[in-house]
Amino acid sequence: MNVPLNYYLFLAALLFAIGLCGALTRKNAIIVLVAIEIMFNAGILNLIAFWHYKTFGTMTGQMFAIFAIAIAAAESTIGLALVIAVYRHYKSVDVDEMKSLKG
Amino acid sequence: MEHLHELVRQQWLIPFFPLVAAAIQSLLPRGQRKLSAGLTIAAMTLSCIVALRAFGATMGEHESARAVANFTWFTFGTTKVELGFILDPLTAAMAVMVTFVGLMIFINATGYMAEDENFTRFFCFLSLFAAAMLGLVIANNLLMLFMCWELVGLCSYLLIGFWFHKPSAAAACKKAFITTRIGDVGFFLGILMLYWQTGTLNLYDDGGGALEQAGRLADVAGWWGFSAATTIAILLFIGAMGKSAQFPLHVWLPDAMEGPTPVSALIHAATMVAAGVFMVGRMFALFTAESLAGGSTFALDFVMWVGCFTAVFSATIAVAQYDIKRVLAYSTCSQLGFMVMALGANGLVAGQFHLLTHAFFKALLFLGSGCVIIGTHHEQDMRKMGGLKKYMPITFICYLIGYLALAGVPPFAGFFSKDEILLETFHRSKTAWALATFAAFLTAFYMTRQMFMVFAGRWRGGRDDHHDEHGQSGHGGEPHEVPWNMWGPIAVLSVFAIGLGFFGHKYAQYLGAEAGEGAGKEIVMSSSVIVGLLGIALGYLMYGRKTMEHADEPDPLAKALGPVFTFLNRKWFIDELYEGTIIEFTTFCGTAFRFVDKFIVDGVLHTIVWLAKAVSQICRWVGDELLINGGFDAGCEGVRDSGGLLSKLQSGRVQNYFRVMSLGAAILVVVYFLKS
Repeated sequence: MNVPLNYYLFLAALLFAIGLCGALTRKNAIIVLVAIEIMFNAGILNLIAFWHYKTFGTMTGQMFAIFAIAIAAAESTIGLALVIAVYRHYKSVDVDEMKSLKG
Repeated sequence: MEHLHELVRQQWLIPFFPLVAAAIQSLLPRGQRKLSAGLTIAAMTLSCIVALRAFGATMGEHESARAVANFTWFTFGTTKVELGFILDPLTAAMAVMVTFVGLMIFINATGYMAEDENFTRFFCFLSLFAAAMLGLVIANNLLMLFMCWELVGLCSYLLIGFWFHKPSAAAACKKAFITTRIGDVGFFLGILMLYWQTGTLNLYDDGGGALEQAGRLADVAGWWGFSAATTIAILLFIGAMGKSAQFPLHVWLPDAMEGPTPVSALIHAATMVAAGVFMVGRMFALFTAESLAGGSTFALDFVMWVGCFTAVFSATIAVAQYDIKRVLAYSTCSQLGFMVMALGANGLVAGQFHLLTHAFFKALLFLGSGCVIIGTHHEQDMRKMGGLKKYMPITFICYLIGYLALAGVPPFAGFFSKDEILLETFHRSKTAWALATFAAFLTAFYMTRQMFMVFAGRWRGGRDDHHDEHGQSGHGGEPHEVPWNMWGPIAVLSVFAIGLGFFGHKYAQYLGAEAGEGAGKEIVMSSSVIVGLLGIALGYLMYGRKTMEHADEPDPLAKALGPVFTFLNRKWFIDELYEGTIIEFTTFCGTAFRFVDKFIVDGVLHTIVWLAKAVSQICRWVGDELLINGGFDAGCEGVRDSGGLLSKLQSGRVQNYFRVMSLGAAILVVVYFLKS
């Protein structure tokens, strides 16, 4: 079976939209982080799809994808550490309560 | 000569020892009296040994041997500033005199100042003075000589004003400093002119020194129609007039007697005042240059007449003084006049020889008067003394020797040296000689008067309550003999006052000249002996036959002379004259300048200031407050307001930011698609 490129792109866009929605609407910081990870993965799916359909046979796309996954892992580690630090400070992970940077 | 060239390199040791002593003493605590006095005396002894060694070396050489050691002090640009030491008979003899007489005076001072609480400071100043004076003596360079010259002036100021809590002492030290400064202006001009003319301040420098060019200077035109040599000589002599207390700059010396008596002996009798005479002797080649070249003899004549007038003038004042030290002070002026006159009469040897003998016997007399002052519990008025022969026999004998030496009685030292001066003057000018002989007569008279007033008759003091402050010493009002450390030095000095005169011919040979010969020797010698004896006889007739009974009894001389006595007692009213003319004029100028300053200069200044203030006030209102401040404030308001608006956007909610960001991204995407 031959799945066209557009299907991948639509799936990626859908994932991205779900992630964005979650990141913008959920109050729990951990859920926000999870949503951001989903947006990341949407991006990586795009990369792999374009690689597979446009430059198959080279390593470039795969390498970019692996780098992006590694960076996402690091990013989520930092994000979780921040969330823990925030929790220790506010005794809460509700993002609406973190507004001490208000102008 | 080789030996001299080695020794001259060690000349610096002579002032070095006292200088080190002074440096250490300045750091000593007040209580270290013995250490302080010991340091001074030890340093002076070492200097004396070095000076004696140099003296011995010059004695062995042929006539007028001279060695110099010049070195560069510093260089700027291509100009080298040099200093240097000299070793020649003039310097060697003077250095021995200063160190030896200084040593005697220091020992005496340990007794005189025994009760003073600032003993350490006193000896520190004495050491510094000795260092400066010895530096002056060994200088082969006018710059160095001038620096030491000023240093001795400074020490003189410090020591005259040693008891500065006494207003008279404070005034006297200022007077001494300012008066000698007037002379120093001349001296300094002379130095500058010499440098301008010769390009060097070294006195001897293998033919390139200033004195070695004196002959050439006699042909160069100077100021006031004289040759450069004469001009420089007169300018230098003005400095010597200040230092050696010659009329009309003599006024400071009698007032300098406010200082402690050892100071009077050291500085104002034996050494510092002699520095002027020594300097003229040192620069003598300049004074004689023009007359040797066959030109005018003005430099010498000027020197001679100033000296001659001072000799007579001061002697007349000394006749009518009551203060034991003031008599000696005017006597010193007069004797310095003799020396200066001798130099002016082309008698370098006679002048320098009298300088040496005078240093010994005048130091003796001053220290003797110091002993008298201590012995009588700080009494200085001769009218309140009397009969001290009985109470202070040792002091009396030493003082008697000094008196005979000063009065010019053969065979004491003063006779020989004064005789040579009179002889030199006789060859030069009969008028000056007659005047000087009259001064010699007065000298014998006033010293006889002093001797009888102080030592003969009966004790007239001790009646007022002056002695209360010293009453606790247990002697009551009675005078007493002084301790050994006070009479010892004057006993030593009196040996020299007797014997030194016999070395006149030796000294002349030593300086490389011949003296004491020539026509008229018999006339001069017999006349000087006769006037000396006449003076003594007159003194005996007036004061010796019937001594004073009470302190308030009128002076026999006052009865004889009447108003003239008052005139002399008030020192020819010279101080009053200066007060009425120079000081009055200076004060008037001061007032006038103050008026000009206050009303004209200050007026203009204040107007300008007022205008500037007005202009700046306008600038402040219009420019600064209105435009700059206003504009700036408005700008600030704007920034603040906009900041307030923008800060509302900063909600602090991270999801808000994210929403805005996403919206922006979405808009960008829409725009992208619409455009493509």
